[in-house]
Amino acid sequence: MIALLGRDLRLAVRAGGGFGLGVAFFLILCALVPFGVGPDTAALQPIAAGILWLGALLACLLSLDRIFALDHEDGSLDLLATSPLPLEGAVAVKALAHWITTGLPLIVAAPLFGILLHLPPAAIPALLGSLLLGTPALSMLGAFGAAVTVGLRRGGLLLSLLVLPLYIPTLIFGTEMIRRGQEGGDMGPPLLFLAGITAGVLAVIPFAAAAALRVNLR
Amino acid sequence: MSLLAVHDLAVARGGLRTVEGVSFAIDAGQALILRGPNGIGKTTLLRTVAGLQPAVTGRIEMPEDAVAYAAHADGLKGALTVAENLGFWADVFGGGEVDQALTAMDLTPLADRPAAALSAGQKRRLGLARLVVSRRPLWILDEPTVSLDAASVMRFADMVRGHLAQGGAALIATHIDLGLDAQVLDLTPYRARATPAARPAGFNEAFA
Repeated sequence: MIALLGRDLRLAVRAGGGFGLGVAFFLILCALVPFGVGPDTAALQPIAAGILWLGALLACLLSLDRIFALDHEDGSLDLLATSPLPLEGAVAVKALAHWITTGLPLIVAAPLFGILLHLPPAAIPALLGSLLLGTPALSMLGAFGAAVTVGLRRGGLLLSLLVLPLYIPTLIFGTEMIRRGQEGGDMGPPLLFLAGITAGVLAVIPFAAAAALRVNLR
Repeated sequence: MSLLAVHDLAVARGGLRTVEGVSFAIDAGQALILRGPNGIGKTTLLRTVAGLQPAVTGRIEMPEDAVAYAAHADGLKGALTVAENLGFWADVFGGGEVDQALTAMDLTPLADRPAAALSAGQKRRLGLARLVVSRRPLWILDEPTVSLDAASVMRFADMVRGHLAQGGAALIATHIDLGLDAQVLDLTPYRARATPAARPAGFNEAFA
């Protein structure tokens, strides 16, 4: 499993791997919003949390179809399925690799982009906490979507349609947590919901995704 | 003891049966060569035996984790070097000798080259070298000699012979003569008969 993680990370940082694309997309989105709605604090501050989370969602979506599609094309997926590695483990590792290459850079860059959107400094810990708790669920749900659409040509759009609705709970509680952090409210309930959703997703989805992969390999 | 025993197997591709009633057994040290015209279901049969798709009927008996499968796609990553590609599969399958595999398929001079810069035949040789690092006893090979030159075919045949001598076994679908001392199974007599009863109209594979 460590070998698979190492290979996926190495592939991501080599030429054409797409490492950093997500962050660049996130940056452009956050930079475009002030142009669209106007640069004053009164307009930006109320929507900053929502924009940041939507940006994270879309940036995450950008690289999802690579999770399994490339391995399916070159036959690696067949070989992984016949290897001693359980397919569930392979799914979990690939989702982890996706999170490390997409989610983690987003989290690191988010405070900076928060400033671009006039997010008050008091809300930065809430922003970091919500992303840290929420993005693993995004990667894992995305791996499920990628597993379902793996054999399809132009599966990317279908993948987005499948996965985005599944992101709704994470989005709701993630933005709620930042909003409460911004207003100095009680962050406890959204934090617990967010953590609960992520824990549930991490526990269940590898099995569902592996089952979908087995069907698609036939 | 037989490494692989197949009893009365029927396989399907895209919901249609291709071959049925196939039975054979392979002992350690033996190779079995599958022959048959295009479309008869050689690949489907091999994928079924490798566990990548379920059999329609019949039984497949073999020890757990015995299969190394090599098909048309070699599972190579163009951004990784030859040695890295092989090292990855060695790690996944539990640590075979990468150097030995490189020597077996004459890839040592290319070890540091990105796989994307290999020719089709060299990629194939790398894909076959993976069999050595997998350390699995049963090799299931689908057209292993495609895009290999004559010298590489000989080299590959030697590799298979060495594998058999070490107590391994191989199930190979190929159209050319590898010069192996192997049994040949022609699938033509096992072609599935298209009976309407076997496939009712409107039958949906999802409900199979």
